[in-house]
Amino acid sequence: MTRYSAWSLVRAGFAGQRTWGPAWRDATPRKRYQAIIIGGGGHGLATAYYLASRHGIRDIAVLERGWIGGGNTGRNTTVIRSNYFYPESSRFYDFSLTLYEGLSRELNYNIMFSQRGMWSFAHDRHGVEMLRRSVNAMRLNGVDAEYHEADEVQRRIPGLNPSPRFPILAGLLQPRGGTARHDAVAWGYARAADSLGVDIIQNCDVTGFDIRGGRIVGVQTTQGDIAAECVGMAVAGHSSVMAERAGFRLPIISYALQAFVSEPLKPVFDTVVLAPSTGTYLSQSDKGELVIGSGLDLFPSYAQRGSLPVLEHTAAGLIDLFPQFSRVRLLRQWAGIVDVVADSTPILGESPVKGLYLNCGWGTGGFKAIPGGGFCLAHHMATGEAHPLAAAFSLDRFRTGALIDEAAASGIAH
Amino acid sequence: MLLIECPWCGPRAESEYRCGGESPIVRPADPAATDDAAWADYLFYRDNVKGLSFERWHHRFGCGLWFNIARDTVSHRILAIYGITDPRPVLGPGA
Ligand SMILES: Cc1cc2nc3c(=O)[nH]c(=O)nc-3n(C[C@H](O)[C@H](O)[C@H](O)COP(=O)(O)OP(=O)(O)OC[C@H]3O[C@@H](n4cnc5c(N)ncnc54)[C@H](O)[C@@H]3O)c2cc1C
Ligand SMILES: [Zn+2]
Repeated sequence: MTRYSAWSLVRAGFAGQRTWGPAWRDATPRKRYQAIIIGGGGHGLATAYYLASRHGIRDIAVLERGWIGGGNTGRNTTVIRSNYFYPESSRFYDFSLTLYEGLSRELNYNIMFSQRGMWSFAHDRHGVEMLRRSVNAMRLNGVDAEYHEADEVQRRIPGLNPSPRFPILAGLLQPRGGTARHDAVAWGYARAADSLGVDIIQNCDVTGFDIRGGRIVGVQTTQGDIAAECVGMAVAGHSSVMAERAGFRLPIISYALQAFVSEPLKPVFDTVVLAPSTGTYLSQSDKGELVIGSGLDLFPSYAQRGSLPVLEHTAAGLIDLFPQFSRVRLLRQWAGIVDVVADSTPILGESPVKGLYLNCGWGTGGFKAIPGGGFCLAHHMATGEAHPLAAAFSLDRFRTGALIDEAAASGIAH
Repeated sequence: MLLIECPWCGPRAESEYRCGGESPIVRPADPAATDDAAWADYLFYRDNVKGLSFERWHHRFGCGLWFNIARDTVSHRILAIYGITDPRPVLGPGA
């Protein structure tokens, strides 16, 4: 594998950029592996990478039904932040953000992480109180957070409507928040895992499980049966479908979440904004597209396309905040199927089947969690024990009642 | 956009409705005698089917009626609409 550097770029430049090899091998599955990861999204690929790099387990296959990053990882709006409320979530998401801060270097792959700051607004008195509470909670949890009054918000955010339908009374800024290139996160982990010996197998649909005496011994796939000592599953919106094949249910509902991009513009917007009044959020990609998102299509769905009412609502929300974008054309609209749980907290760790581990429940906000989720699942699979940062995210919390109700607490979409 | 046939009002746009989730979900008859796992199952665990799914809908910005829909969660085709206390309809393979 070529190490990417300024020098390798220049050298390849002299050869007309025709010397680059593939970034990972297109592997064909062997009969048996020590560990199998189902799902070649960010979480699956990161799990494989950390198993190999931190725990020395290299006999691993990542099985992906389509192409890697073709699920939510390649469909999301790439906002990275750790503005949660409860200590368990703050610790975990801030750890993940910290891993992101060093990720380009660690993977030798430019994930274009831009810490341009992330704003969320308050639109009424209660919103202001909630925002102050969030800032205080974040600070108590050791996460960077700033509270700003309306005039400072207006001063700092370019082009923000001074008198929108829902007035902006205050803003919470997480300066370390930002965006990254989603594909690069998948590809960077894939390349780094591959170079440590991990087999990345695409077009390999896992159709069933081999379970003996309550313990997983392998999986059935469209490329044949493969034996494994342990299996990690990171299939996002398809978690319930896979669980059914393994004989259990999950506390998950799958919904379509939409996003939109505009035609590319010159740089006009240098931060990330979320307006709870309409649920609309906005950033601008390095290509110049405005990247726009909002809430779920609120009925269960496995169709990777969204419905028009949400599109209309989102467009209205955007134009209320930034009237000057009213004549910008949308280039693309799409949706991903997200795995929503009642408390908006992930499920990480053991499943009812021994040796089969879960990484799911990220809902609308698991891109920011990819390094942390992969790190903690790898720890659990390698050592048999939950990583302290993820111990509270067990499936068992739904039985014990120890929910971490971020859905209500942090007052923003996840 | 789904076009949903309210049993009372007739066909109306999706945006007038709210989906109330899988149906039927039956509350355990004797909560005190129900263990934590069964209670969690009742509260949180769902089939979350890819394909034919049975769910309650509410004509929220209309007549206010609750009723049931059989819907395909991939194609979003609505295969049956039935009363809130009616049993799940039996749908043939050609439905
Ligand atoms: C429109 C949108 C916007 C979002 N915005 C943000 C955001 O701004 N910030 C943020 O943090 N998060 C965001 N998210 C959420 C985030 O994208 C996801 O939580 C995250 O990408 C989940 O990663 P994953 O690896 O678990 O899932 P995925 O990337 O979906 O990967 C799962 C993979 O499993 C594969 N798979 C499924 N079934 C099988 C099978 N039977 N066999 C083999 N493989 C299988 C799929 O093909 C898929 O590639 C957004 C999501 C969407 C849809
Ligand atoms: Zn009606």
